[in-house]
Amino acid sequence: MGNAIWIVLEHRQGKPHRMALEAVAAGQELARVTGGTAEAVVVGGAEARAVADQAAGWQLGAVRFVAGEGVAHYTPGGYAGALAEAVEADRPAVVLFPHTYQSVEYVPRLAQALGAALVPEAVSFEQRDGRLVWRRPVLGGKLVAEVAARGEGPVLVTLQSGAFAADQLAAAAEPAPILEQSTTAAADREVLGVEEAAEQQVDLSQAPVIVAVGRGVGKQENLVLVRELAEALGAEIGASRPVIDSGWLERERQIGSSGQTVAPRLYVALGISGAIQHVVGMKGSQVVVAINKDPGAPIFAIADYGVVGDLHEVVPALTAAVREAKAG
Amino acid sequence: MRIAVCVKQVPDTEARLRVRKDGQWIDEEDLPFVINENDEYALEEALRLAEATGGEVVVFSLGPERVREALRKALAVGAARAVHLKDEAFLGGDALATGRALAAAIRGESFDLVLTGSQSDDAGYGATGTIIAGELGWPHAWLVMGVELEDGGKSVKVTREMESGLNELSRIGLPAVLQIQAGINHPRYASLKGIMQAKKKEIASPGPAELGLEAGQTGAAASRLELLNVAFPESGEGAQMLEGEPAAIAAELVARLQREAKVL
Repeated sequence: MGNAIWIVLEHRQGKPHRMALEAVAAGQELARVTGGTAEAVVVGGAEARAVADQAAGWQLGAVRFVAGEGVAHYTPGGYAGALAEAVEADRPAVVLFPHTYQSVEYVPRLAQALGAALVPEAVSFEQRDGRLVWRRPVLGGKLVAEVAARGEGPVLVTLQSGAFAADQLAAAAEPAPILEQSTTAAADREVLGVEEAAEQQVDLSQAPVIVAVGRGVGKQENLVLVRELAEALGAEIGASRPVIDSGWLERERQIGSSGQTVAPRLYVALGISGAIQHVVGMKGSQVVVAINKDPGAPIFAIADYGVVGDLHEVVPALTAAVREAKAG
Repeated sequence: MRIAVCVKQVPDTEARLRVRKDGQWIDEEDLPFVINENDEYALEEALRLAEATGGEVVVFSLGPERVREALRKALAVGAARAVHLKDEAFLGGDALATGRALAAAIRGESFDLVLTGSQSDDAGYGATGTIIAGELGWPHAWLVMGVELEDGGKSVKVTREMESGLNELSRIGLPAVLQIQAGINHPRYASLKGIMQAKKKEIASPGPAELGLEAGQTGAAASRLELLNVAFPESGEGAQMLEGEPAAIAAELVARLQREAKVL
Protein backbone atom coordinates (compact mmCIF):
# COMPACT_ATOMS: atom_id res chain seq x y z
CA MET A 1 0.00 0.00 0.00
CA GLY A 2 1.20 3.47 -0.80
CA ASN A 3 1.45 6.30 1.67
CA ALA A 4 -0.68 8.74 -0.28
CA ILE A 5 -3.33 10.82 1.47
CA TRP A 6 -6.22 11.53 -0.87
CA ILE A 7 -8.66 14.36 -0.30
CA VAL A 8 -11.89 14.10 -2.27
CA LEU A 9 -13.12 17.60 -3.12
CA GLU A 10 -16.86 18.03 -3.00
CA HIS A 11 -17.97 20.71 -5.42
CA ARG A 12 -21.00 22.45 -6.82
CA GLN A 13 -21.24 24.56 -9.95
CA GLY A 14 -17.52 24.42 -10.60
CA LYS A 15 -16.51 25.54 -7.10
CA PRO A 16 -15.18 23.49 -4.18
CA HIS A 17 -17.40 23.14 -1.09
CA ARG A 18 -16.26 25.32 1.81
CA MET A 19 -15.55 22.19 3.87
CA ALA A 20 -13.47 20.65 1.05
CA LEU A 21 -10.87 23.36 1.77
CA GLU A 22 -10.83 22.31 5.43
CA ALA A 23 -10.27 18.72 4.29
CA VAL A 24 -7.33 19.77 2.11
CA ALA A 25 -5.74 21.56 5.09
CA ALA A 26 -6.28 18.39 7.16
CA GLY A 27 -4.79 16.24 4.39
CA GLN A 28 -1.70 18.42 4.14
CA GLU A 29 -1.26 18.17 7.92
CA LEU A 30 -1.77 14.40 7.85
CA ALA A 31 0.81 14.06 5.05
CA ARG A 32 3.31 15.98 7.20
CA VAL A 33 2.65 13.78 10.24
CA THR A 34 2.81 10.47 8.36
CA GLY A 35 5.46 11.37 5.80
CA GLY A 36 3.01 10.78 2.99
CA THR A 37 1.95 12.78 -0.03
CA ALA A 38 -1.33 14.68 -0.18
CA GLU A 39 -3.30 14.45 -3.41
CA ALA A 40 -6.67 15.91 -4.29
CA VAL A 41 -9.35 13.96 -6.13
CA VAL A 42 -12.14 15.59 -8.12
CA VAL A 43 -14.99 13.43 -9.43
CA GLY A 44 -17.38 14.91 -11.96
CA GLY A 45 -18.18 15.97 -15.50
CA ALA A 46 -16.58 18.67 -17.61
CA GLU A 47 -17.74 21.46 -15.28
CA ALA A 48 -15.61 19.97 -12.46
CA ARG A 49 -12.41 20.61 -14.42
CA ALA A 50 -12.38 24.15 -12.95
CA VAL A 51 -12.21 22.61 -9.46
CA ALA A 52 -9.21 20.47 -10.45
CA ASP A 53 -7.52 23.56 -11.91
CA GLN A 54 -8.06 25.47 -8.68
CA ALA A 55 -6.75 22.54 -6.60
CA ALA A 56 -3.56 22.49 -8.69
CA GLY A 57 -2.65 25.76 -7.00
CA TRP A 58 -2.48 24.11 -3.57
CA GLN A 59 0.49 22.25 -2.13
CA LEU A 60 -0.33 18.76 -3.38
CA GLY A 61 1.59 15.91 -5.03
CA ALA A 62 -1.05 15.64 -7.71
CA VAL A 63 -4.67 16.37 -8.54
CA ARG A 64 -6.65 13.43 -9.87
CA PHE A 65 -9.60 14.31 -12.06
CA VAL A 66 -11.92 11.32 -12.37
CA ALA A 67 -14.32 12.23 -15.16
CA GLY A 68 -17.19 10.50 -16.86
CA GLU A 69 -20.74 11.00 -18.05
CA GLY A 70 -22.13 8.82 -15.29
CA VAL A 71 -20.68 11.16 -12.66
CA ALA A 72 -21.48 14.48 -14.35
CA HIS A 73 -24.20 14.80 -11.68
CA TYR A 74 -23.74 13.41 -8.21
CA THR A 75 -25.40 10.10 -7.39
CA PRO A 76 -24.18 7.81 -4.60
CA GLY A 77 -23.76 4.80 -6.88
CA GLY A 78 -21.87 6.80 -9.51
CA TYR A 79 -19.48 8.46 -7.07
CA ALA A 80 -18.86 5.29 -5.04
CA GLY A 81 -18.27 3.31 -8.24
CA ALA A 82 -15.84 5.84 -9.72
CA LEU A 83 -13.86 6.21 -6.49
CA ALA A 84 -13.77 2.45 -5.89
CA GLU A 85 -12.01 1.98 -9.26
CA ALA A 86 -9.53 4.77 -8.49
CA VAL A 87 -8.77 3.56 -4.94
CA GLU A 88 -8.35 -0.07 -6.06
CA ALA A 89 -5.91 1.03 -8.74
CA ASP A 90 -3.65 3.20 -6.57
CA ARG A 91 -4.29 2.10 -2.97
CA PRO A 92 -3.89 5.36 -1.01
CA ALA A 93 -3.37 4.94 2.74
CA VAL A 94 -6.12 7.36 3.75
CA VAL A 95 -8.94 9.01 1.82
CA LEU A 96 -10.38 12.17 3.43
CA PHE A 97 -13.79 13.69 2.72
CA PRO A 98 -15.63 16.65 4.21
CA HIS A 99 -18.47 15.26 6.40
CA THR A 100 -21.33 16.64 4.33
CA TYR A 101 -24.84 15.49 3.45
CA GLN A 102 -23.34 14.22 0.20
CA SER A 103 -20.37 12.30 1.58
CA VAL A 104 -22.36 10.68 4.38
CA GLU A 105 -24.62 9.28 1.69
CA TYR A 106 -22.01 7.68 -0.58
CA VAL A 107 -18.80 7.11 1.41
CA PRO A 108 -20.19 4.10 3.35
CA ARG A 109 -21.07 2.57 -0.02
CA LEU A 110 -17.45 3.04 -1.08
CA ALA A 111 -16.27 1.47 2.19
CA GLN A 112 -18.53 -1.51 1.56
CA ALA A 113 -17.27 -1.94 -2.01
CA LEU A 114 -13.65 -1.82 -0.84
CA GLY A 115 -14.11 -3.60 2.49
CA ALA A 116 -12.37 -0.53 3.89
CA ALA A 117 -12.39 0.89 7.41
CA LEU A 118 -14.77 3.85 7.71
CA VAL A 119 -14.28 6.66 10.24
CA PRO A 120 -17.29 9.00 10.05
CA GLU A 121 -17.22 12.55 11.43
CA ALA A 122 -13.65 12.70 12.69
CA VAL A 123 -12.62 15.84 14.57
CA SER A 124 -8.90 15.17 15.04
CA PHE A 125 -6.15 12.59 14.59
CA GLU A 126 -2.87 11.65 16.16
CA GLN A 127 -0.13 9.12 15.49
CA ARG A 128 0.19 6.78 18.47
CA ASP A 129 2.25 3.57 18.74
CA GLY A 130 2.54 3.46 14.97
CA ARG A 131 -1.24 3.71 14.51
CA LEU A 132 -3.34 6.56 13.32
CA VAL A 133 -5.93 7.27 16.03
CA TRP A 134 -9.02 9.31 15.17
CA ARG A 135 -11.36 11.10 17.54
CA ARG A 136 -15.07 11.35 16.77
CA PRO A 137 -18.17 12.34 18.75
CA VAL A 138 -20.61 9.66 19.87
CA LEU A 139 -23.92 9.71 21.76
CA GLY A 140 -24.96 13.08 20.41
CA GLY A 141 -21.61 14.66 21.25
CA LYS A 142 -21.88 13.81 24.96
CA LEU A 143 -18.79 11.61 24.60
CA VAL A 144 -15.78 11.47 22.33
CA ALA A 145 -14.53 8.10 21.05
CA GLU A 146 -11.03 7.22 19.90
CA VAL A 147 -10.99 4.75 17.04
CA ALA A 148 -8.37 3.18 14.79
CA ALA A 149 -8.50 1.02 11.69
CA ARG A 150 -7.74 -2.70 11.94
CA GLY A 151 -6.06 -4.66 9.19
CA GLU A 152 -4.58 -3.51 5.90
CA GLY A 153 -5.95 -1.26 3.21
CA PRO A 154 -7.25 2.25 2.69
CA VAL A 155 -9.05 4.04 5.52
CA LEU A 156 -11.93 6.34 4.61
CA VAL A 157 -12.45 9.32 6.90
CA THR A 158 -15.07 12.07 6.80
CA LEU A 159 -14.12 15.27 8.65
CA GLN A 160 -16.53 17.24 10.78
CA SER A 161 -17.26 20.82 9.75
CA GLY A 162 -14.89 23.28 11.40
CA ALA A 163 -12.57 20.61 12.85
CA PHE A 164 -9.73 21.78 10.62
CA ALA A 165 -9.09 25.36 9.58
CA ALA A 166 -9.25 26.17 5.87
CA ASP A 167 -6.90 29.11 6.39
CA GLN A 168 -4.13 26.59 7.15
CA LEU A 169 -4.34 25.41 3.56
CA ALA A 170 -0.92 25.73 1.95
CA ALA A 171 -0.57 27.10 -1.57
CA ALA A 172 1.93 25.65 -4.02
CA ALA A 173 5.04 27.29 -5.46
CA GLU A 174 4.47 25.36 -8.66
CA PRO A 175 1.15 23.97 -9.87
CA ALA A 176 0.51 20.31 -9.09
CA PRO A 177 0.10 18.00 -12.10
CA ILE A 178 -3.48 17.10 -13.02
CA LEU A 179 -3.91 13.40 -13.77
CA GLU A 180 -7.03 12.68 -15.78
CA GLN A 181 -8.77 9.34 -15.42
CA SER A 182 -12.02 8.35 -17.03
CA THR A 183 -14.70 6.30 -15.34
CA THR A 184 -17.59 4.26 -16.67
CA ALA A 185 -19.38 4.32 -13.29
CA ALA A 186 -23.11 4.88 -13.79
CA ALA A 187 -25.70 6.98 -11.96
CA ASP A 188 -28.08 5.01 -9.73
CA ARG A 189 -30.85 7.58 -9.49
CA GLU A 190 -32.59 10.01 -11.78
CA VAL A 191 -32.34 13.47 -10.27
CA LEU A 192 -35.56 15.37 -10.95
CA GLY A 193 -34.74 18.68 -9.32
CA VAL A 194 -33.99 20.71 -6.24
CA GLU A 195 -36.54 22.68 -4.22
CA GLU A 196 -36.75 24.78 -1.07
CA ALA A 197 -37.55 22.57 1.92
CA ALA A 198 -39.75 25.19 3.61
CA GLU A 199 -41.10 28.53 2.65
CA GLN A 200 -38.64 30.87 4.27
CA GLN A 201 -40.60 33.71 5.83
CA VAL A 202 -38.74 34.17 9.07
CA ASP A 203 -35.18 35.32 8.52
CA LEU A 204 -33.36 34.51 11.76
CA SER A 205 -29.95 35.32 10.32
CA GLN A 206 -30.38 39.06 11.04
CA ALA A 207 -31.97 38.71 14.48
CA PRO A 208 -29.89 40.40 17.21
CA VAL A 209 -31.31 38.21 19.98
CA ILE A 210 -32.59 34.65 19.67
CA VAL A 211 -34.23 32.40 22.22
CA ALA A 212 -33.88 28.86 20.96
CA VAL A 213 -35.69 25.88 22.35
CA GLY A 214 -34.84 22.18 22.26
CA ARG A 215 -36.24 18.83 23.20
CA GLY A 216 -35.67 19.60 26.88
CA VAL A 217 -38.72 21.88 26.87
CA GLY A 218 -40.68 18.65 27.31
CA LYS A 219 -44.01 19.50 25.68
CA GLN A 220 -45.62 22.03 23.42
CA GLU A 221 -47.57 23.74 26.24
CA ASN A 222 -44.28 24.75 27.83
CA LEU A 223 -43.49 26.99 24.86
CA VAL A 224 -45.54 29.66 26.64
CA LEU A 225 -42.62 30.19 29.01
CA VAL A 226 -40.27 30.49 26.05
CA ARG A 227 -42.47 33.03 24.29
CA GLU A 228 -42.64 35.18 27.42
CA LEU A 229 -38.86 35.24 27.73
CA ALA A 230 -38.47 36.01 24.02
CA GLU A 231 -40.94 38.86 24.33
CA ALA A 232 -39.12 40.32 27.33
CA LEU A 233 -35.80 40.14 25.48
CA GLY A 234 -37.23 41.36 22.18
CA ALA A 235 -35.97 38.11 20.69
CA GLU A 236 -36.93 35.88 17.79
CA ILE A 237 -37.73 32.27 18.63
CA GLY A 238 -35.72 29.47 17.06
CA ALA A 239 -35.57 25.75 17.70
CA SER A 240 -33.47 22.65 17.31
CA ARG A 241 -34.64 19.88 15.07
CA PRO A 242 -36.57 17.62 17.51
CA VAL A 243 -38.93 20.49 18.40
CA ILE A 244 -39.62 21.13 14.71
CA ASP A 245 -40.09 17.42 13.97
CA SER A 246 -42.64 17.23 16.77
CA GLY A 247 -44.61 19.96 15.00
CA TRP A 248 -44.39 22.38 17.92
CA LEU A 249 -42.90 25.20 15.84
CA GLU A 250 -42.80 25.93 12.11
CA ARG A 251 -39.90 24.40 10.18
CA GLU A 252 -38.74 27.86 9.11
CA ARG A 253 -37.60 28.43 12.71
CA GLN A 254 -35.17 25.51 12.67
CA ILE A 255 -31.56 26.40 13.43
CA GLY A 256 -28.76 24.04 12.44
CA SER A 257 -27.27 22.14 9.53
CA SER A 258 -30.60 21.51 7.87
CA GLY A 259 -32.09 24.85 8.92
CA GLN A 260 -30.88 28.41 9.25
CA THR A 261 -27.45 29.65 10.27
CA VAL A 262 -27.60 32.48 12.79
CA ALA A 263 -25.15 34.84 14.47
CA PRO A 264 -27.01 37.00 17.00
CA ARG A 265 -25.46 39.12 19.75
CA LEU A 266 -27.24 36.94 22.32
CA TYR A 267 -28.35 33.33 21.92
CA VAL A 268 -30.31 31.75 24.75
CA ALA A 269 -30.45 27.95 24.40
CA LEU A 270 -33.25 26.39 26.44
CA GLY A 271 -33.25 22.60 26.81
CA ILE A 272 -30.90 22.21 23.85
CA SER A 273 -28.30 19.49 24.33
CA GLY A 274 -25.87 20.89 21.76
CA ALA A 275 -25.56 18.19 19.10
CA ILE A 276 -23.22 19.23 16.29
CA GLN A 277 -26.11 19.46 13.81
CA HIS A 278 -27.49 22.31 15.90
CA VAL A 279 -24.19 23.88 16.90
CA VAL A 280 -23.03 24.45 13.31
CA GLY A 281 -26.03 26.72 12.88
CA MET A 282 -25.40 28.97 15.91
CA LYS A 283 -21.70 28.87 16.78
CA GLY A 284 -21.23 32.32 15.30
CA SER A 285 -23.32 33.79 18.13
CA GLN A 286 -21.54 36.44 20.19
CA VAL A 287 -22.77 35.41 23.63
CA VAL A 288 -24.43 32.08 24.38
CA VAL A 289 -26.50 31.35 27.47
CA ALA A 290 -27.44 27.69 28.02
CA ILE A 291 -30.05 26.40 30.43
CA ASN A 292 -30.35 22.62 30.64
CA LYS A 293 -31.16 20.08 33.32
CA ASP A 294 -28.31 17.79 32.21
CA PRO A 295 -24.93 19.05 33.46
CA GLY A 296 -23.29 16.80 30.86
CA ALA A 297 -25.01 18.51 27.91
CA PRO A 298 -22.39 19.45 25.28
CA ILE A 299 -23.99 22.88 24.88
CA PHE A 300 -22.23 23.95 28.10
CA ALA A 301 -18.85 23.47 26.40
CA ILE A 302 -19.62 26.19 23.89
CA ALA A 303 -21.81 28.45 26.06
CA ASP A 304 -20.52 31.53 27.83
CA TYR A 305 -22.97 31.28 30.70
CA GLY A 306 -24.57 28.07 31.89
CA VAL A 307 -27.35 27.17 34.28
CA VAL A 308 -28.13 23.59 35.28
CA GLY A 309 -31.76 23.58 36.19
CA ASP A 310 -35.42 23.03 35.44
CA LEU A 311 -36.73 25.28 32.67
CA HIS A 312 -40.02 25.66 34.57
CA GLU A 313 -38.19 27.40 37.39
CA VAL A 314 -35.32 29.17 35.69
CA VAL A 315 -37.07 30.61 32.63
CA PRO A 316 -39.87 32.51 34.44
CA ALA A 317 -37.30 33.87 36.90
CA LEU A 318 -35.13 35.02 34.00
CA THR A 319 -38.13 36.60 32.27
CA ALA A 320 -38.93 38.55 35.42
CA ALA A 321 -35.31 39.67 35.85
CA VAL A 322 -35.08 40.83 32.23
CA ARG A 323 -38.34 42.80 32.53
CA GLU A 324 -37.07 44.42 35.70
CA ALA A 325 -33.71 45.31 34.15
CA LYS A 326 -35.36 46.80 31.07
CA ALA A 327 -37.85 48.75 33.16
CA GLY A 328 -35.03 50.10 35.32
CA MET B 1 -45.33 -4.52 -1.07
CA ARG B 2 -42.99 -6.28 1.34
CA ILE B 3 -40.87 -3.97 3.45
CA ALA B 4 -38.00 -4.72 5.82
CA VAL B 5 -37.28 -2.17 8.54
CA CYS B 6 -34.04 -2.18 10.48
CA VAL B 7 -34.19 -0.65 13.93
CA LYS B 8 -31.52 -0.16 16.54
CA GLN B 9 -32.01 -0.03 20.26
CA VAL B 10 -30.00 2.84 21.75
CA PRO B 11 -29.64 4.54 25.15
CA ASP B 12 -32.39 7.08 25.79
CA THR B 13 -30.92 10.42 24.68
CA GLU B 14 -32.16 11.97 27.94
CA ALA B 15 -30.29 9.43 30.09
CA ARG B 16 -27.30 10.40 32.19
CA LEU B 17 -24.27 8.51 30.92
CA ARG B 18 -21.37 6.94 32.78
CA VAL B 19 -18.20 5.63 31.18
CA ARG B 20 -17.65 1.91 31.84
CA LYS B 21 -14.71 0.95 34.09
CA ASP B 22 -12.62 -0.38 31.18
CA GLY B 23 -13.16 2.96 29.41
CA GLN B 24 -14.20 1.28 26.17
CA TRP B 25 -17.90 2.16 26.18
CA ILE B 26 -20.64 3.45 28.46
CA ASP B 27 -21.89 1.54 31.47
CA GLU B 28 -25.17 -0.06 30.36
CA GLU B 29 -26.31 -1.12 33.81
CA ASP B 30 -29.62 0.57 34.72
CA LEU B 31 -29.43 2.55 31.49
CA PRO B 32 -32.83 3.07 29.83
CA PHE B 33 -32.92 1.93 26.19
CA VAL B 34 -35.34 2.98 23.46
CA ILE B 35 -35.81 2.50 19.72
CA ASN B 36 -33.49 4.93 17.92
CA GLU B 37 -35.53 8.04 17.09
CA ASN B 38 -34.96 8.04 13.32
CA ASP B 39 -35.82 4.35 13.21
CA GLU B 40 -39.25 5.10 14.70
CA TYR B 41 -39.92 7.31 11.70
CA ALA B 42 -38.63 4.58 9.35
CA LEU B 43 -40.97 2.06 10.96
CA GLU B 44 -43.94 4.42 10.66
CA GLU B 45 -43.15 5.12 6.98
CA ALA B 46 -42.92 1.39 6.31
CA LEU B 47 -46.28 0.74 8.00
CA ARG B 48 -47.94 3.48 5.93
CA LEU B 49 -46.50 2.13 2.67
CA ALA B 50 -47.50 -1.42 3.56
CA GLU B 51 -51.02 -0.31 4.50
CA ALA B 52 -51.40 1.62 1.25
CA THR B 53 -50.32 -1.36 -0.85
CA GLY B 54 -51.71 -4.25 1.18
CA GLY B 55 -48.24 -5.40 2.16
CA GLU B 56 -46.30 -6.52 5.16
CA VAL B 57 -43.56 -5.10 7.37
CA VAL B 58 -40.85 -7.29 8.89
CA VAL B 59 -38.61 -5.68 11.50
CA PHE B 60 -34.93 -6.57 11.90
CA SER B 61 -32.53 -5.69 14.68
CA LEU B 62 -29.03 -6.70 15.69
CA GLY B 63 -28.07 -6.55 19.33
CA PRO B 64 -28.10 -8.36 22.67
CA GLU B 65 -31.07 -9.87 24.49
CA ARG B 66 -32.40 -6.45 25.65
CA VAL B 67 -33.25 -5.60 22.02
CA ARG B 68 -36.23 -7.96 22.27
CA GLU B 69 -38.15 -5.19 24.03
CA ALA B 70 -37.63 -2.83 21.07
CA LEU B 71 -38.80 -5.53 18.68
CA ARG B 72 -41.93 -6.12 20.78
CA LYS B 73 -42.71 -2.41 20.49
CA ALA B 74 -42.29 -2.54 16.72
CA LEU B 75 -44.60 -5.57 16.58
CA ALA B 76 -47.12 -3.73 18.78
CA VAL B 77 -47.43 -0.84 16.32
CA GLY B 78 -47.99 -3.16 13.38
CA ALA B 79 -44.94 -5.08 12.13
CA ALA B 80 -45.96 -8.63 11.20
CA ARG B 81 -42.93 -10.39 12.65
CA ALA B 82 -39.37 -9.77 13.73
CA VAL B 83 -35.86 -11.08 13.19
CA HIS B 84 -33.41 -10.63 16.05
CA LEU B 85 -29.71 -11.18 15.33
CA LYS B 86 -28.51 -11.77 18.87
CA ASP B 87 -25.90 -14.48 18.53
CA GLU B 88 -22.66 -13.44 20.22
CA ALA B 89 -20.89 -13.68 16.84
CA PHE B 90 -23.03 -10.79 15.50
CA LEU B 91 -22.24 -8.35 18.32
CA GLY B 92 -19.65 -5.60 18.68
CA GLY B 93 -19.29 -4.95 14.96
CA ASP B 94 -18.67 -1.72 13.09
CA ALA B 95 -21.13 -0.51 10.46
CA LEU B 96 -19.59 -2.81 7.83
CA ALA B 97 -19.95 -5.96 9.92
CA THR B 98 -23.41 -5.02 11.21
CA GLY B 99 -24.66 -4.08 7.74
CA ARG B 100 -23.34 -7.32 6.29
CA ALA B 101 -25.18 -9.42 8.88
CA LEU B 102 -28.46 -7.51 8.45
CA ALA B 103 -28.17 -7.77 4.66
CA ALA B 104 -27.64 -11.52 4.95
CA ALA B 105 -30.83 -11.83 7.00
CA ILE B 106 -32.80 -9.62 4.58
CA ARG B 107 -31.49 -11.37 1.47
CA GLY B 108 -33.20 -14.62 2.44
CA GLU B 109 -36.65 -13.11 1.77
CA SER B 110 -37.86 -11.08 -1.17
CA PHE B 111 -38.39 -7.48 -0.11
CA ASP B 112 -39.25 -4.49 -2.31
CA LEU B 113 -37.87 -1.95 0.12
CA VAL B 114 -35.61 -1.76 3.13
CA LEU B 115 -36.11 1.23 5.41
CA THR B 116 -33.78 2.30 8.19
CA GLY B 117 -33.29 5.47 10.19
CA SER B 118 -30.68 7.85 8.79
CA GLN B 119 -28.38 7.70 11.79
CA SER B 120 -28.19 6.13 15.24
CA ASP B 121 -28.17 8.27 18.36
CA ASP B 122 -25.29 6.28 19.90
CA ALA B 123 -22.50 5.35 17.45
CA GLY B 124 -23.83 7.86 14.90
CA TYR B 125 -22.13 6.31 11.86
CA GLY B 126 -25.08 7.07 9.56
CA ALA B 127 -23.72 4.22 7.47
CA THR B 128 -25.42 0.93 8.24
CA GLY B 129 -28.33 1.33 5.81
CA THR B 130 -25.93 2.31 3.03
CA ILE B 131 -23.79 -0.75 3.74
CA ILE B 132 -26.90 -2.94 3.56
CA ALA B 133 -27.67 -1.42 0.14
CA GLY B 134 -24.13 -2.10 -1.03
CA GLU B 135 -24.29 -5.71 0.19
CA LEU B 136 -27.60 -6.25 -1.60
CA GLY B 137 -26.44 -4.38 -4.71
CA TRP B 138 -29.47 -2.07 -4.48
CA PRO B 139 -29.62 1.72 -4.91
CA HIS B 140 -30.17 3.77 -1.77
CA ALA B 141 -30.92 7.28 -0.55
CA TRP B 142 -29.95 8.88 2.75
CA LEU B 143 -31.85 11.54 4.73
CA VAL B 144 -35.18 10.79 3.07
CA MET B 145 -37.99 13.27 3.83
CA GLY B 146 -40.59 11.96 1.36
CA VAL B 147 -41.44 8.66 -0.32
CA GLU B 148 -43.93 8.28 -3.15
CA LEU B 149 -44.47 4.97 -4.93
CA GLU B 150 -44.62 5.16 -8.71
CA ASP B 151 -45.18 2.95 -11.71
CA GLY B 152 -47.06 0.22 -9.86
CA GLY B 153 -44.27 -0.11 -7.29
CA LYS B 154 -41.40 -0.40 -9.76
CA SER B 155 -39.81 2.85 -8.67
CA VAL B 156 -40.06 5.41 -5.93
CA LYS B 157 -39.95 9.21 -5.97
CA VAL B 158 -37.76 10.31 -3.10
CA THR B 159 -37.39 13.70 -1.43
CA ARG B 160 -33.99 13.93 0.19
CA GLU B 161 -32.70 16.60 2.51
CA MET B 162 -29.67 18.60 1.35
CA GLU B 163 -27.73 21.35 3.07
CA SER B 164 -29.02 24.92 3.49
CA GLY B 165 -32.73 24.12 3.57
CA LEU B 166 -32.87 22.51 0.11
CA ASN B 167 -34.40 19.20 -0.89
CA GLU B 168 -33.41 16.97 -3.80
CA LEU B 169 -36.14 15.16 -5.72
CA SER B 170 -35.14 11.96 -7.46
CA ARG B 171 -36.47 8.72 -8.85
CA ILE B 172 -34.96 5.44 -7.68
CA GLY B 173 -35.69 1.97 -9.01
CA LEU B 174 -36.90 -0.73 -6.64
CA PRO B 175 -35.80 -2.72 -4.76
CA ALA B 176 -33.96 -0.03 -2.81
CA VAL B 177 -32.82 0.99 0.65
CA LEU B 178 -34.14 4.29 2.04
CA GLN B 179 -32.65 5.88 5.17
CA ILE B 180 -35.38 7.92 6.74
CA GLN B 181 -34.90 11.31 8.38
CA ALA B 182 -36.78 12.35 11.51
CA GLY B 183 -39.82 14.51 10.83
CA ILE B 184 -41.03 12.71 7.70
CA ASN B 185 -44.24 11.63 9.49
CA HIS B 186 -45.78 11.36 12.95
CA PRO B 187 -45.07 7.91 14.41
CA ARG B 188 -48.12 6.22 15.91
CA TYR B 189 -48.48 4.86 19.40
CA ALA B 190 -49.20 1.23 20.11
CA SER B 191 -52.81 0.38 20.96
CA LEU B 192 -53.66 -1.99 23.79
CA LYS B 193 -54.88 -4.45 21.16
CA GLY B 194 -51.60 -4.09 19.30
CA ILE B 195 -49.62 -4.75 22.46
CA MET B 196 -51.66 -7.91 23.14
CA GLN B 197 -51.27 -9.14 19.56
CA ALA B 198 -47.51 -8.49 19.60
CA LYS B 199 -47.10 -11.15 22.28
CA LYS B 200 -48.17 -13.80 19.80
CA LYS B 201 -46.03 -12.60 16.91
CA GLU B 202 -42.89 -14.46 15.90
CA ILE B 203 -39.38 -13.24 16.73
CA ALA B 204 -36.89 -15.42 14.87
CA SER B 205 -33.23 -15.51 15.91
CA PRO B 206 -31.14 -17.11 13.19
CA GLY B 207 -27.46 -17.70 13.86
CA PRO B 208 -24.60 -16.81 11.48
CA ALA B 209 -24.50 -20.25 9.85
CA GLU B 210 -28.20 -20.05 8.94
CA LEU B 211 -27.47 -16.77 7.15
CA GLY B 212 -24.55 -18.29 5.27
CA LEU B 213 -22.00 -16.26 7.24
CA GLU B 214 -18.75 -17.76 8.42
CA ALA B 215 -16.82 -16.99 11.59
CA GLY B 216 -14.85 -13.80 10.99
CA GLN B 217 -17.48 -12.32 8.68
CA THR B 218 -19.60 -10.73 11.40
CA GLY B 219 -19.40 -8.86 14.68
CA ALA B 220 -16.24 -7.63 16.40
CA ALA B 221 -14.11 -10.21 14.54
CA ALA B 222 -15.04 -8.69 11.17
CA SER B 223 -14.79 -5.04 12.15
CA ARG B 224 -12.36 -2.83 10.30
CA LEU B 225 -12.82 -0.13 12.93
CA GLU B 226 -11.61 -0.63 16.47
CA LEU B 227 -13.14 1.42 19.28
CA LEU B 228 -10.26 2.17 21.64
CA ASN B 229 -12.04 4.20 24.32
CA VAL B 230 -14.69 6.80 25.04
CA ALA B 231 -14.42 9.81 27.34
CA PHE B 232 -16.28 12.95 28.25
CA PRO B 233 -14.94 15.76 26.09
CA GLU B 234 -12.54 18.22 27.66
CA SER B 235 -14.84 21.17 28.00
CA GLY B 236 -12.06 23.70 27.43
CA GLU B 237 -12.95 26.95 29.09
CA GLY B 238 -16.60 26.12 28.88
CA ALA B 239 -19.41 28.15 30.34
CA GLN B 240 -19.34 30.18 33.53
CA MET B 241 -21.82 28.14 35.55
CA LEU B 242 -24.31 30.02 37.70
CA GLU B 243 -25.71 28.30 40.77
CA GLY B 244 -28.29 29.03 43.42
CA GLU B 245 -32.00 29.76 43.62
CA PRO B 246 -33.72 30.51 40.29
CA ALA B 247 -34.39 34.17 41.15
CA ALA B 248 -30.80 34.73 42.27
CA ILE B 249 -29.42 32.99 39.16
CA ALA B 250 -31.66 35.08 36.94
CA ALA B 251 -30.61 38.35 38.55
CA GLU B 252 -26.92 37.41 38.35
CA LEU B 253 -27.24 36.32 34.74
CA VAL B 254 -28.95 39.56 33.69
CA ALA B 255 -26.31 41.58 35.54
CA ARG B 256 -23.49 39.74 33.77
CA LEU B 257 -25.13 40.08 30.38
CA GLN B 258 -25.35 43.81 30.98
CA ARG B 259 -21.93 44.28 32.58
CA GLU B 260 -19.58 41.74 31.02
CA ALA B 261 -21.20 40.69 27.78
CA LYS B 262 -22.92 44.03 27.19
CA VAL B 263 -25.66 42.42 25.19
CA LEU B 264 -28.65 43.68 27.15
